[in-house]
Amino acid sequence: MKLVIINYGAGNIKSIQFAFKRLGVDAVLSNDPEEIKVADKVIFPGVGEANSAMKMLRASGLDTLIPNLKQPVLGICLGMQLMCKSSEEGNTKGLGIFNVAIKRFSNAVKVPQMGWNTISDLKSPLFKDIKEDAFMYLVHSFYAEACKEQIATTNYEFNYASALQKDNFYGVQFHPEKSSVVGEQILKNFIEL
Amino acid sequence: MLTKRIIPCLDIKNGRTVKGVNFVDLRDAGDPVELAKQYALKGADELVFLDISATLEGRKTMHDMVLKVAEHVNIPFTVGGGISSVEDVDALLQCGADKVSINSSAVKRPELVNELANKFGSQCVVVAIDAKNVDGNWIVHLAGGTIPTELNLFDWAKEVEQRGAGEILFTSMDNDGTKDGFANEALAKLSEELNIPIIASGGAGTIQHFIDTFEKGKADAALAASVFHFGEIPIKDLKEKLKDNNIAVRL
Repeated sequence: MKLVIINYGAGNIKSIQFAFKRLGVDAVLSNDPEEIKVADKVIFPGVGEANSAMKMLRASGLDTLIPNLKQPVLGICLGMQLMCKSSEEGNTKGLGIFNVAIKRFSNAVKVPQMGWNTISDLKSPLFKDIKEDAFMYLVHSFYAEACKEQIATTNYEFNYASALQKDNFYGVQFHPEKSSVVGEQILKNFIEL
Repeated sequence: MLTKRIIPCLDIKNGRTVKGVNFVDLRDAGDPVELAKQYALKGADELVFLDISATLEGRKTMHDMVLKVAEHVNIPFTVGGGISSVEDVDALLQCGADKVSINSSAVKRPELVNELANKFGSQCVVVAIDAKNVDGNWIVHLAGGTIPTELNLFDWAKEVEQRGAGEILFTSMDNDGTKDGFANEALAKLSEELNIPIIASGGAGTIQHFIDTFEKGKADAALAASVFHFGEIPIKDLKEKLKDNNIAVRL
């Protein structure tokens, strides 16, 4: 099994690589389109600001490559957000894989949401053996609105989509690589898809 | 619901934990990785590693430690101590740290907060503030509370929030080490005046102190060292008691 973590300059990819190592999988970091295309599974990470992250994707041509991938792809945090239609952050046009807009939490709550919250209404093989209301670690100021493609919801200010799926594309707002053994189970499920 | 976080803090010198740690099931209590793994198992929500090495050589060992922690520990962690530049932060994040905490370097050069937030995102920038109540005014102090500044706690906290800090770690020097409870009045004021998470630090002695800092102090997270290291308050017991008091925790 060849697992590639897309390395385009955004985010804490070391943690994701280490999490897979704990599961006995050696993940390769790459921004080479050919290497990404032939991988069995692809992780699309991201931490930071949406607009500058999209610029980095465009600069390397990955913005056209990613939506055309046929193997399972898992977007994490900002990675998930960039797979959506648009983001209020920096007024950014996303990859448009998921037909949902990314918005900012209001100041009625503390922003960013930082810490452990539950995921509910789980519906995807990605959550095999994961209990309803399992705790996940989240750090984010922007969220995906509740939508058709949601496979998990979380409540902060209101219910929002904390995981998305469309065909071979998966996205999670939380950090499975930082969410203890439950998070590791989700990564294991992704490998076994 | 977003839960309140419990954060053990480990002091690190030359790559080893310094404060005495009394964990029966540890092979090597001085090994930060071993200790961090234990805390993750016991239900800690996050960890903070504070580098108190005085030498450059000691600082360098921090990178190896961060790399090892990231490799073996599956919960988030923050690294603080001696961080004063974008390059310092870049190196620590590359090693796998999730967040960094800056303190005196931000007071000396406040633009550092903007630079870090712009380059790495607010989510990884924790600003630690040590303050003392001097005749009714909370004054920011440096160097472990020994050097007073001109800054007022609340003004400074608001300034770093505007500059892009993602979180405030507030230690009351009046409460630190007393085991008499957290500085809940100041904490509640911070929580009301700011819109980013506040971590309470300094004064933890009993489970009731944690209940108070979440209820009265409106803290989003509570940090402590010795009560955890010496097993005076097992994290699981603490979280169960918090839950009994209707405080949302991850169990």
